[in-house]
Amino acid sequence: MDAFILQILNGLDKGSAYALIALGLTLIFGTLGVVNFAHGALFMIGAFCAVTMQRILNLSSTVIDETQKDFLGNPLKVEVPYVESWFGEAAGAAIQDWSVPLSILLVIPVMLLVGWAMERGLIKHFYKRPHADQILVTFGLAIVIGEIIKAFFGANPIQTPMPSAFIGTVDLGAWMGFDPGSVAYPTWRLIYFFFSAIIIAAVFAFLQFTTFGMVVRAGMADRETVGMLGIDIDRRFTLMFGLAAAVAGLAGAMYTPILSPHYNIGMDFLVLSFVVVVVGGMGSLPGAVLAGFLLGILQSFASMNEVKALIPGIDQIIIYLVAIIILLTRPRGLMGRKGVMEE
Amino acid sequence: MSNNNFSRRGVLKTGAVTAGGLMLPTYLRADAHAGYTNAPGDTVKIGFNVPQTGAYAEEGLDELRAQELAVEHLNGIGDGGMLNTFSEKNLDGTGILGKKVEFVTGDTQTKSDVARASAQSMIQKDGVIMVNGGSSSGVAIAVQGLCQEAGIIFMAGLTHSNDTTGKDKKANGFRHFFNGYMSGAALGPILEQEYGTDRNAYHLTADYTWGWTQQESMQASTEAIGWNTTETVLTPVGAGDFSSYIAPVLNSGADTLILNHYGGDMVNSITQATQFGLKDKQVNGKDFKIIVPLFSELMAAGAGSNIEGVFGSMNWNWQLQDEGTQAFVKSFGEKYGRPPSGSAHTCYVQTLLYADAVTRAGTFNPCGVVEALEDFEFDGMGNGPTFYRGADHQCFKDVLVMKGVPSASGSDNMVGYDTVEIVEVTPRAQVEYAPDHPMFAGGDLGECNPGA
Amino acid sequence: MLGLNSRDFRLFLIVCALCLFAPIILNPFPVASSLGESFNAGYPALMQRFVIFGLLVIGFNILFGLTGYLSFGHAAFLGVGSFAAVWMFKLLSYNVVPAIILSVIVAGLFSVVIGYVALRRSGIYFSILTLAFAQMMYSIAFSDLVGKLFGTIVTNGETGLQVYNDDPQILLGQGDPTVPHLFGLEMNSAYTWKIGGWEFVFQNGYYLSALFMVLGFYLSIRIFRSPFGMMLRAIKSNQTRMSYTGLDTKPYMLAAFVISGMYAGLAGGLLAAMDPLTGAERMFWTASGEIVVMAILGGVGTLVGPVLGAGVIKYLENIVSKINDSILHNWFAFMPDWMDNLLVTIIHPFIGKGWHLTLGLLFMAVVIFLPGGLMQLGEKFTALFRRKKTDDAKTGATNPAE
Repeated sequence: MDAFILQILNGLDKGSAYALIALGLTLIFGTLGVVNFAHGALFMIGAFCAVTMQRILNLSSTVIDETQKDFLGNPLKVEVPYVESWFGEAAGAAIQDWSVPLSILLVIPVMLLVGWAMERGLIKHFYKRPHADQILVTFGLAIVIGEIIKAFFGANPIQTPMPSAFIGTVDLGAWMGFDPGSVAYPTWRLIYFFFSAIIIAAVFAFLQFTTFGMVVRAGMADRETVGMLGIDIDRRFTLMFGLAAAVAGLAGAMYTPILSPHYNIGMDFLVLSFVVVVVGGMGSLPGAVLAGFLLGILQSFASMNEVKALIPGIDQIIIYLVAIIILLTRPRGLMGRKGVMEE
Repeated sequence: MSNNNFSRRGVLKTGAVTAGGLMLPTYLRADAHAGYTNAPGDTVKIGFNVPQTGAYAEEGLDELRAQELAVEHLNGIGDGGMLNTFSEKNLDGTGILGKKVEFVTGDTQTKSDVARASAQSMIQKDGVIMVNGGSSSGVAIAVQGLCQEAGIIFMAGLTHSNDTTGKDKKANGFRHFFNGYMSGAALGPILEQEYGTDRNAYHLTADYTWGWTQQESMQASTEAIGWNTTETVLTPVGAGDFSSYIAPVLNSGADTLILNHYGGDMVNSITQATQFGLKDKQVNGKDFKIIVPLFSELMAAGAGSNIEGVFGSMNWNWQLQDEGTQAFVKSFGEKYGRPPSGSAHTCYVQTLLYADAVTRAGTFNPCGVVEALEDFEFDGMGNGPTFYRGADHQCFKDVLVMKGVPSASGSDNMVGYDTVEIVEVTPRAQVEYAPDHPMFAGGDLGECNPGA
Repeated sequence: MLGLNSRDFRLFLIVCALCLFAPIILNPFPVASSLGESFNAGYPALMQRFVIFGLLVIGFNILFGLTGYLSFGHAAFLGVGSFAAVWMFKLLSYNVVPAIILSVIVAGLFSVVIGYVALRRSGIYFSILTLAFAQMMYSIAFSDLVGKLFGTIVTNGETGLQVYNDDPQILLGQGDPTVPHLFGLEMNSAYTWKIGGWEFVFQNGYYLSALFMVLGFYLSIRIFRSPFGMMLRAIKSNQTRMSYTGLDTKPYMLAAFVISGMYAGLAGGLLAAMDPLTGAERMFWTASGEIVVMAILGGVGTLVGPVLGAGVIKYLENIVSKINDSILHNWFAFMPDWMDNLLVTIIHPFIGKGWHLTLGLLFMAVVIFLPGGLMQLGEKFTALFRRKKTDDAKTGATNPAE
């Protein structure tokens, strides 16, 4: 039983990352009708915002310490971070410690800006073009973004630790009446799950309860009519793109303590997030979230030793197998609407 | 088809020229006279085939740095590095056999197909006489097979699978790097001494050839000291999130986790295992321990502080105190401002050893080189006295047992380099095995192939 | 001629001639020159890849270009073709004929099954279905799940399948070549023609692959111009209307899918015949993506575009990735030092390890400026040329009809 609960938690955690990426991807599909192969790259930019925050907080003045030697026997260069010299050692260290949560302050403006620039500078010109062209241009963009990141940060995964307050596990077992320590789950993963839930709820509330959201939803349903009503749908769609980018970026930044970011991380998530979106049904936001959690949980269960003993290697193919089954039994995925991306 | 513009006369003329060209006596294989593929002209070209894009790009770049340094030293530029400490004194900084050394580079992308394409291009287009480098066993085995067919020498870079000099060994291929068996053999006694003889080990293994041989080796050596193997679980390569494989470890009754992972997988699995609180756990009254059999500096850098207290093994480390290592670290450090990684050392040493073997053989003919390298003993290249075994072309030398520690310098640039320390230098005798050892059985070295 | 109209026939002849003289055309610079060292592409391994990937994308274009169905798992058929071929080498002998035949058959069988299932959906649902099948096949091959199930080796996982000396090879006679061959004609043997500073290499394997590509190209022209091709185009323009006319479109779609899968299998078999080792990574989604990209880059739905796209990407992958800083310094050696260094600094990010950046920028540039792919560039040039001609025509003589 405890193993079962642990895997559900793992599934929810995986699923929340999938759901956040798929949510943004669906927003772009649904509103703009664009197949965005650079969406994984947006996730990656978010992750590297966290790395950048860490670097900024670690910006240091260099002092040469004659008493110590480096590996070649030259005097050692000691680096003193500016935050430590400004705020004092203890406060400075505490600020550095919180670099990942603090990076949210960097992620939101950066991602909105990136999203805006991408939409105005590139995507805008591809609304009327075939999907194949959209795929190629966004794929090219994803490669270029990846290479730029690689030029600055290298190809190696970069360790971005969580605040030390969140290191360790929460003993959920004790709460649920199991043996203490039997269901111990990492604190940060729980935080990530709740963080995702809040973001998802916020996006839905925004679309549901604001006039802006109403117009966007109307635009998703019937773009032409909304346009004819004299509503400037384009400007709103630009903002939607920025919002989708911000959601992907937040998902990336907060995921860095779990998955050390590297320049190719976006590509790793790209295919998976497309599968999630399609299984959920094109253009359906609840579908994307549902499919994200469903696939995350199924993948976790398939990784259990008991299941693997029954069907070896099932953990490697489960997602694709489920995708095939769902698409064959439900023509438009779990919650897809007719006529979206079927041509 | 009516608007053909070229005249009949023109066609005849072109035809005659072509025919004349065909009749020239040069209509024969370029290197037929030399008796082997890509016999060098005034200069000698070697190919450095390393990953420059993809997950192992950093490692590939470090290999490339070391190889460029080796070429400089062979051509008499710089301080000579290990040439001064190498027990053979045939190389004098005038290139190889008096020919200046040039090199070409290629990108393997850590994909066998691409690596072979890149090696083919080096062989067919650039005319290289030797290919060096690489960062994965699959690629090493693929390129080794190619070089065997093409008739040139291959020296593998970072390849740790038993198969490279086991069932996939080839006469034209040599490996300086150590292998899974040696890691197991070196770690065994240290683990016994540190953690005792009564432990339950849980293996997470990357589901591909290297992972399998690594797990087999570790299982054999830990069971030999009395440990029990609780479970062995295969994980997909590049899984990213290992939580669903780590969670079952918590309540499995195991008190030791052995991560047979490398690269990004290792960085993620050790980070996540630490987050699950495994290191702070107590099982059966013992502290829970994590072991990562194969370490590398760049992976240690990626894993940061999570590697503290974790045992692993290495082929070579810059912190060794012998003369050869110090000479190499000095020239590498002065040129690039950082210590060399283990795979950089392997690629550097292999370039020098190849040059020396050619010099001793007096020819670039691969068969001569193979003969010169087989059962060759030398010293002064780090790792103490070293032996290239003729039976399987595996190199035997001391192996390092390492442990993750907090950074000594506190400098960000040194993370990975000084966050691992040498626990013991396991003597060569302890990691030796018979060429027909079951883990290496099968396969056939074949005959050396000089190509054309 | 050959059942082609004169325009197509001329195109076909041009492709034949390009294939025939590729070893010369692709080696325009003397071997020892620095340009030759960097840009010559006329060596067998790369030429083989040009034609084999050209063949693969020609086949892909029959599906995507004619029907508009975007398969995102085409590399899987390439992969099974290669595995089938290597198994033939392991079991029978190094003769490439059974290997190539089996690779086409096996890929055909796989594409019948996958096509039958995937074609029940259209649009992006179809793309994701093909992707899912291909990724499953990749995972199965990479970890050799089939082999593990039966306790043997089927794909040999990440290391890749290759031929060992102790394999059965029951048809291998005494004195037979131990490299892939066509009834004794070794694939990797070549003649080098040296003239002046130039060197041209004519290799058997390349010409065999080129022959298959030319045949595949011919077949694709015939399909494009046939009633069957018209039917596929009609489906592309409006499938619903086709169904309303009472026509069952599915057999046509399936036929197109299987034909294109068999092309991929043939390409896979040829890859193995040129170099008898194959690995699962040939089936990874990035490999499928590469096929899609090649087709779009060259020009979807055009006859020659796919070959062009394949050529450009393979050229970048093999040539640009090998240029390093010391080569750059060689090029600019004649310049003053500061200028040399400046140029190297500017070019450095785009070559060697940065070749991916060049690739990404190229994709973007082509889609933005040439919506019809690289073929459009050709058309623009032709248009320029044509306009001049018509201007001439206006001034005087009547233009003879073609």
